[in-house]
Amino acid sequence: MIRKRLVLLLCLAALAVLAPRAHAGDALLVSAAASLSAAFKEIGSAFAAANPGVEVSFNFAASGALLQQIERGAPVDVFASADQETMDRAQERGLIVAGSRRDFTANRLVLVVPAASALGLKTPADLARPEVKRIAIGNPALVPAGRYARDALGPALAQALAPRFVNAESVRQALQYASLGEVDAAFVYASDAAGAADKVRVVATLQTPKPIAYPAAVVAASGRQALARRFVDFLAGPQARSALERHGFGG
Amino acid sequence: MEAALDLSPLLLTLKVALLATLLAFAGGVAGGFVLARASFLGKETLDAILTLPMVLPPTVLGYYLIVLIGRNGALGRWLEDRLGISLIFTWQGAVVAAAVVSFPLILKAARAAFEGVDRNLENAARTLGQGEPAVLLRVTLPLAWRGILAGTLLALARAMGEFGATLMVAGNIPGRTQTLSLAVYDAVQSGNDALASTLVLITSATCVVLLVSSSRLLQVRY
Repeated sequence: MIRKRLVLLLCLAALAVLAPRAHAGDALLVSAAASLSAAFKEIGSAFAAANPGVEVSFNFAASGALLQQIERGAPVDVFASADQETMDRAQERGLIVAGSRRDFTANRLVLVVPAASALGLKTPADLARPEVKRIAIGNPALVPAGRYARDALGPALAQALAPRFVNAESVRQALQYASLGEVDAAFVYASDAAGAADKVRVVATLQTPKPIAYPAAVVAASGRQALARRFVDFLAGPQARSALERHGFGG
Repeated sequence: MEAALDLSPLLLTLKVALLATLLAFAGGVAGGFVLARASFLGKETLDAILTLPMVLPPTVLGYYLIVLIGRNGALGRWLEDRLGISLIFTWQGAVVAAAVVSFPLILKAARAAFEGVDRNLENAARTLGQGEPAVLLRVTLPLAWRGILAGTLLALARAMGEFGATLMVAGNIPGRTQTLSLAVYDAVQSGNDALASTLVLITSATCVVLLVSSSRLLQVRY
């Protein structure tokens, strides 16, 4: 009785293994920061249309996780990070082809408040007012947006506000806290705020010491260097730019 | 939603979760039996170490897994050189990740279940001339089955929802390694809340159906 059922279960499992595979895995594989996901899917289709016979697959995660994967030998051809620091580390470790690196788009860091907020916050300095209790910020140790926010605030203000910071695991989480009204304010990208205009209000654009530019590069271990380089160049082209702008990217 | 709903994450999730549960079942039941019956130095320590996948944050576990089975890892290099297998960025890698994460659930349940079996019943079977394999299959396992089943269903649910370790090991590649949990993450990251909610509904419904049917299929009455 029990054995018959186990055999049935094993057969089902075997079927699952033998089921046809979706892809042979010969496509160009692009590891891109998760925030780029929607725009990159459009860019991928455009690139495939412009290069018949070429297939593009994406791997979306946090930039730091993508770097760890590449470092451990993941078969990636192109790396697109949401920040320069992660790409710098990739370059220092010889994981990317240095000459292929280029910035393909930009973003702005903004301060948002819940749409229903009545605190009347106007500038980052207003965050020091006593009625501001909680501020969502990407964890600076992991999330580039958090580092940008910390740098933009400057050391004095950042330290003064530190007890009010709620560390988010991604910019998206910071945005969700603000959308739900769980925090009084949040630091997010203009591209994130653009997609949630009904739930949050942008009150200020922060001046970051360095521009927020997104770099892409060919992965050194890639077996498709020429095609990968063409994709990196395509990212800076007009078709990709308009897709990125539709999703709120661009200086 | 602009495009038709892609169901490949659902099929992939089922495949990965079922295979991972099967692997975790084999390891968990065998390990649980040994921990329940054998006595050796450091047994409790070993039990605790085997439970670590439950304690470690999945992303950390995922990192250790790619350190181990990535193409530059010790085990990963051996697998690739000797067997031509590369687990990183494949759905098989997702199976390994989900199996490691859900394994302790079966191990713990199986150990407790085996420990709860009345040894007198086994001895009675032996006095009636049954050999050890028969005692195991016809007395011990049936008596421990309910506990093992509970652990297995928990493991199946956990494997279906596996996210962190899978993201690291298998990547989040739509159409290839993107399971339902990863598709939800992707939809949330790109601000597509409607799609995320739809996918969460699909995940929840599938999980309920899967748990009810496997509990029916595996529930044996004696």
